[in-house]
Amino acid sequence: MKLTRLTSLAAGSMALALVASACSSSATTAPAGAPASAAAPASAAASAAASAAASAAGGAASAYTGPTDAGTAKGKTIAIISKGEQHQFWQAVKKGALDEAAKLGVTATYQGPATESEIDKQLTMLQTALSNNPAAVCFAALDSKAAGALLQQAKDANIPVIGFDSGVDSTIPVTTVATDNTAAAAVAADHMASLIGNAGTVGVVVHDQTSQTGITRRDGFLAQMAAKYPNIKVLPPQYGAGDAVKSADIAKAMMTANPDLKGFFGANEGSIKGVLNALKETGNEGKIVAIGYDSGQQQIDAITSGVEAGAITQNPIGIGAKCVDAAIDAINGKTLPKTIDTGFSWFDKTNINNPEIQAVLYK
Amino acid sequence: MQSTPAPAPSRAQSIMKGESIQRLLALGALVILLVFFSITVPHFASTNNYIDILTATAVNGVLATGVTFVIITGGIDLSLGTAMTFTSVAMGLVSVNLGLPLPIGLLAAFAAGALVGLTNGFLIAKLKLPPFIATLGMLYVTLGMAQVLSDVHPIYFEAVQPSFQQFFMDKMVFGIPNIVWVMLGGATVAWILLNRTILGRYTFALGSNEEATRLSGVNTDRWKIIVYIVDGLFVGLAGIVIASRMNSAQPGLGMGYELDAIAAAVIGGTSLSGGEGSIVGTIIGAFLISTLRIGLSVAGVPDQWKSVITGLVVIGAVYLDIMRRRSRA
Repeated sequence: MKLTRLTSLAAGSMALALVASACSSSATTAPAGAPASAAAPASAAASAAASAAASAAGGAASAYTGPTDAGTAKGKTIAIISKGEQHQFWQAVKKGALDEAAKLGVTATYQGPATESEIDKQLTMLQTALSNNPAAVCFAALDSKAAGALLQQAKDANIPVIGFDSGVDSTIPVTTVATDNTAAAAVAADHMASLIGNAGTVGVVVHDQTSQTGITRRDGFLAQMAAKYPNIKVLPPQYGAGDAVKSADIAKAMMTANPDLKGFFGANEGSIKGVLNALKETGNEGKIVAIGYDSGQQQIDAITSGVEAGAITQNPIGIGAKCVDAAIDAINGKTLPKTIDTGFSWFDKTNINNPEIQAVLYK
Repeated sequence: MQSTPAPAPSRAQSIMKGESIQRLLALGALVILLVFFSITVPHFASTNNYIDILTATAVNGVLATGVTFVIITGGIDLSLGTAMTFTSVAMGLVSVNLGLPLPIGLLAAFAAGALVGLTNGFLIAKLKLPPFIATLGMLYVTLGMAQVLSDVHPIYFEAVQPSFQQFFMDKMVFGIPNIVWVMLGGATVAWILLNRTILGRYTFALGSNEEATRLSGVNTDRWKIIVYIVDGLFVGLAGIVIASRMNSAQPGLGMGYELDAIAAAVIGGTSLSGGEGSIVGTIIGAFLISTLRIGLSVAGVPDQWKSVITGLVVIGAVYLDIMRRRSRA
């Protein structure tokens, strides 16, 4: 009798799992990001269409030039809270920031949480940084809405806040130093479309759906596809947390479910690494178009060999340097533009060795 | 004629029966899941997909095998994931940065894992720290050390050890990648250790009644440390396996992998209160988790629902474990 009870409990929990999966197995269900991005595609489409006219080679940086002298900021401390140090991208940002700080004679501290999902840890770091009364704070939000209270605290203490990489959903930052990820992802979509003949099924592997970069890159890609390439079907985006192994398993599952898949877009370095590993493990290198984001040794090798069609590179050193520049200007009371666009470039086998591209790649 | 009443089943026999039931339940659930997904999800029932599931289970299977020993003794190991990264970084340093031959790199991974295990065991057995706290502390230590040693930079094997990843991807037997055979080989070694050696007997004894074991003359401190070292050796193997999947040591990943490993062990019948467990059950548990995740992925289920469903299954499995225990007591 006990066994029957156990068996029925087992059957019950399995049934629950299976029913839930059966209910949501329709591929036409709106993807998880739908509620958050319901408003975004409209505006994303508008800006994507506008910047589609922009060069397919990249997006120009804004005209902002930083200070040549630290002025009253000399010797003061700028606290930089990034999203972490686990990706080489952040190491490049750190180098750009610390080099610029050294050049202009200010002290900069750079820190970030162990993983990009530790929103609370990042807030704790921000809190600690603020209590040390820095002259300015640079902040790359893991969650664009969660830091509201702390930002208010900074404002009340007259500490200028400079956003970088991912913006913050707030009017408090005096400027945001970032890449126009929406336009950049649209350019990636353009290249994907031309490489698969403007028709077919494409998969998207994103790192997360809470940070601005995750949201804007995904939406930028999806919006451009929807606006300009009606014959391309984009599968619901899947999220791999930027973990190369998890992203590889997800990409393989997408290939299994869609044998006619023609291309993958990986929205950050970890995601595209996973896609590349998946292609290698399934023997599909060269058969499925892979387009990525940022750089790193594995992507550079893959693009050089042709396994990866190309990628969007940001300017991480520029992001680091410009956010220190903006912090110094803010300390000196200068008004800053609302956003400082550090630019992006499309790179592939043909231009990877050009000096302007080499300057923004990191290993 | 009088017949003597049948002797009451010994405690060992009851445990075996209970474990067998849990293992059967887990195996049954796995079979049901495979059949269900094969019927309802297009493209699921294909050789390539099954191989994908096997490959996806490799890392977790190895980690779960190692932690089974620890959980049977009544302990826990939260440092599994980050220690795995630490061992893959150790291997990368030796094989790539120092350029030493690959076998020495593999040894380095095992040595790094054993070192973590030794530290965990020492903290728990000698300094009497609760396993949860000791291994939680080591989680952060190994997370940081992996980043310190690698300078927060991935270490790529391609240039220096080009055949490393290829070996694991090659399909030498039955068309199944070697990485899966490595996991099954490790599980076989673990099974022998747990069921045919004195280490295994003492592992169960520590979990069933540590005090009685100690009083009967066994050096429980030493054997506990040995169990954690065995766990550490499997963490080293996991570091090698995950490095092969990415052909690199990635210092940024690993945290969180311990949860899947512990879940696999528990689903397979290893009790968190100690004294019970089996390698076969753990491997079945690991396959169950991978099958569930991949089946849901191929079905196109959104990410958050995948998490919810996986969590519910784990809760269900643990609940069954508790029910079974209560019904026997």
